[in-house]
Amino acid sequence: MSRLSQRFASLKAENRAGLVVFVTAGDPGRDVSQAILNGLPKAGADIIELGMPFTDAMADGPAIQEGSKRALAAGMTLPGVLEMVAAFRQGDAETPIVLMGYYNPVYIYGVERFAQDAAKAGVDGMIVVDLPPEEADELLTPLSRSGIDFIFLTAPTTDDARLPVVLNKASGFVYYVSITGVTGTVSASEAAVKAAVGRLKAQTQLPVAVGFGIKTPVQAAAVARHADAAVVGSAVVEMVATGDVAKVHQFVAELAAGVRKARGH
Amino acid sequence: MPDQRANSLRSGPDQNGHFGIFGGRFVAETLMPLILSVEQAYGEARNDPAFRAELGNLLTHYVGRPSPLYFAKRLSDHFGGAKIFLKREDLNHTGAHKINNCMGQILLAKRMGKQRIIAETGAGQHGVATATACALMGLDCCIFMGATDIERQAPNVYRMKLLGAEVRPVTAGAGTLKDAMNEALRDWVARVEDTYYLIGTVAGPHPYPAMVRDFQCVIGEETKEQMKAQEGRMPDSLVACIGGGSNAMGLFHPFLDDAAVAIYGVEAAGHGLDKEHAASLAGGRPGVLHGNRTYLLMNDDGQIEEGHSISAGLDYPGIGPEHSWLKETGRVTYVSATDEEALDAFVMMTRMEGIIPALESSHAMAYAGKLASTLSKDHLMVVNLSGRGDKDIATVAKFRGEGGVS
Ligand SMILES: Cc1ncc(COP(=O)(O)O)c(C=O)c1O
Repeated sequence: MSRLSQRFASLKAENRAGLVVFVTAGDPGRDVSQAILNGLPKAGADIIELGMPFTDAMADGPAIQEGSKRALAAGMTLPGVLEMVAAFRQGDAETPIVLMGYYNPVYIYGVERFAQDAAKAGVDGMIVVDLPPEEADELLTPLSRSGIDFIFLTAPTTDDARLPVVLNKASGFVYYVSITGVTGTVSASEAAVKAAVGRLKAQTQLPVAVGFGIKTPVQAAAVARHADAAVVGSAVVEMVATGDVAKVHQFVAELAAGVRKARGH
Repeated sequence: MPDQRANSLRSGPDQNGHFGIFGGRFVAETLMPLILSVEQAYGEARNDPAFRAELGNLLTHYVGRPSPLYFAKRLSDHFGGAKIFLKREDLNHTGAHKINNCMGQILLAKRMGKQRIIAETGAGQHGVATATACALMGLDCCIFMGATDIERQAPNVYRMKLLGAEVRPVTAGAGTLKDAMNEALRDWVARVEDTYYLIGTVAGPHPYPAMVRDFQCVIGEETKEQMKAQEGRMPDSLVACIGGGSNAMGLFHPFLDDAAVAIYGVEAAGHGLDKEHAASLAGGRPGVLHGNRTYLLMNDDGQIEEGHSISAGLDYPGIGPEHSWLKETGRVTYVSATDEEALDAFVMMTRMEGIIPALESSHAMAYAGKLASTLSKDHLMVVNLSGRGDKDIATVAKFRGEGGVS
C-alpha cells in the first residue's frame, strides 16, 4: 500500500480528517526550509505538500508567489527540491509528501527521469496546477510507472458532467479547490464545502482534500468536519516568511489541534 | 479536395488545440470549463452568418478597413532593391492591428453574455483597443499592465482611462507583459462567472491562438487582393515583427500554402542575442507557460526569464505556439532586429515616408531594409506596419538624448 493510502486508512480508523500542510521548498532558505519540513509531522501535519518554486505561479496569490520568489532567490532548484525530500525521508518513512507546482520545470527536467528520481527521493504524489486531465498523460504515465500518484484538482467550476473526465485519471486523493480564485484569498463557507464534498463523494471512492482559503484552526476544523483532509498553505507560508522555525511548527500544531477536535472527540 | 487539405499548412490546430507538439490547454482546472465554453461559443459564432456580418460591418465602418497597401517608393529607392509595400495597420482606428482581434472577441463576449472584460497589455495598444471595444459595447473593462510598461507607455495609459477602463498596475516580476498576463489569469480565476478574458495575441490556451489568428487573417487576405490589384500578382516576400505573433500570423497565414512566397518573422533582439533580448525562437526552447507549449526564454531549471526589448509590445519571453510549429516545419524564417536597428528604422521611415511607425513595427522594417537591399528590383515585399508610433515618441526621444518630450 502506498504511503498516501496507508495514511488515509489510518485517519479513517481514527475517525478524523487529516491536516495537509503546504510549504515551498527552499523558502526562505535551504537550511531553514529543511528544518521546517523535518519538523512538520511532529507538529501535527498528516500529509505534506511541498511546493516546487516557479517564477510564474499563475494560480497563486501574493503569499505563495512571495514564497516562490524567496526560494528561487535563495537558489532552490527542482533537483534541490528532490534532495530536500530525500533528506526528509532519512528521518521519516511514513508521512506522505506530495509535490505541488507548475509544469515547466518538470518538463524541462524530463518527465521520465523526473518520475524515477522523484520516486527514489521518496515522493508520493504530484499536483501540477497547469496540467488538466486533457494534457496530463505525458506526465501521468511515467509517474504511475514509478508508483507516484497524480492528484488532480477539482473546482467549483468542474460541473457534474465534467467531473468524470477528471476523476477517471485521479489517484491518491482528489483535491477540491473550494473557491474560484487564487490561493490565500477568500474562504468558502462550511455549507459550501459540505455540499461540494458530497458532490465529489457521489462520484469517487478516493479521499477528498479541501484547500484554498483555509487560514485558521477554526476554519480548518470546519472543513475537517466534512472532508477527508484540510489543506493549509498561504497562512503557513506567511509564517515561514519570518524564518522562525518554532513559530511555524507552533502554528501547525494549532491547526492540527483544530482538525483533530473537529468531529467532537 | 480532402487530401490537399491534409497537406495544407493552414489546417491546424487539431481538435485539442495542438500544432504539432505546441499549443494545447495548460490551465488550472478552475479555468478549464471556461476555456471549453469559449471554444464552443467561438465554434458556433464563426459559422454564424449573422456574427460574420456584424464583424464585417464593424471592420468596415468602425475600424476603417481595408487598410491601404502602400508602395513606399522612397524607402524602396533608398535600399535599392525590392519594391517595399507597407500594409498600413497603423491607419486602423486606435492605431494598430490589435483592434481587428478586439472587434471579433468583443462580439463573442457579448454573445456569451459576459459583462466584464479583462485584458493584458504591453505597449498599451491592445489595452487601448480593448478599452475602445468596451466603450463601444458598454461593457466594464479592466486592463492589466506591468508597472514598467505603464511608465514607458504613459499616453496609452491615459487613453485607456479616458475610455473608461480601469488600469491595474502589476508590480510582480519585471512589471512587463508576462507579469500582466499572470495577473489577468489570476483575476479571471476569481471572476469566472461574469468575466471574459480578451487575449491580445496568438498565445494562451486553445482556442485563443487559433481564434486570434482567424480574426487577424483579414490583414493577409486584404494584402493578397491588394497586391493583385496593384501589381497583378502575389508578393514575393512578407515581413512582420513578432511579440506574441498576432500581426505576423494575420499577415502570414493566408499565404502559408503559397510556397513561392518567402516569409520572415522578426523577433526583438534587444541589446543583442548574446545579451538581454526577447527572441524566444532564437534564444529559447520549448516549454509550457500561459496555457500553451511553445518556445520560451528560460534558465536550465525551467524558470522563466524576463524578455528585454525597447519595445514594450515585443517584451515577452514566449511566442504564439503556431509560430513555434512554423519554425520547426521550416515554412517561416525567423530572424531578429536589435533595439538600435529598430530605432534607426523608426527614424528612417519617419523621415523618408512621413510615417511614424510603432517601435514594434520598426523591428520588421529594420530587417526588411537589410533584406530588400539584397533583392532585385522586381521583387515585391510586404512589410506589416502593425501600428503607429505616437505612443513611442518619449522612448525614442530619451534614447536619442533629445528633449522636448516628457
Ligand atoms: C503596433 C504593435 N505591433 C506589434 C505588437 C506585437 O504583438 P503581436 O506580435 O501579437 O502582433 C504590438 C503589441 O503590443 C503592437 O502594439
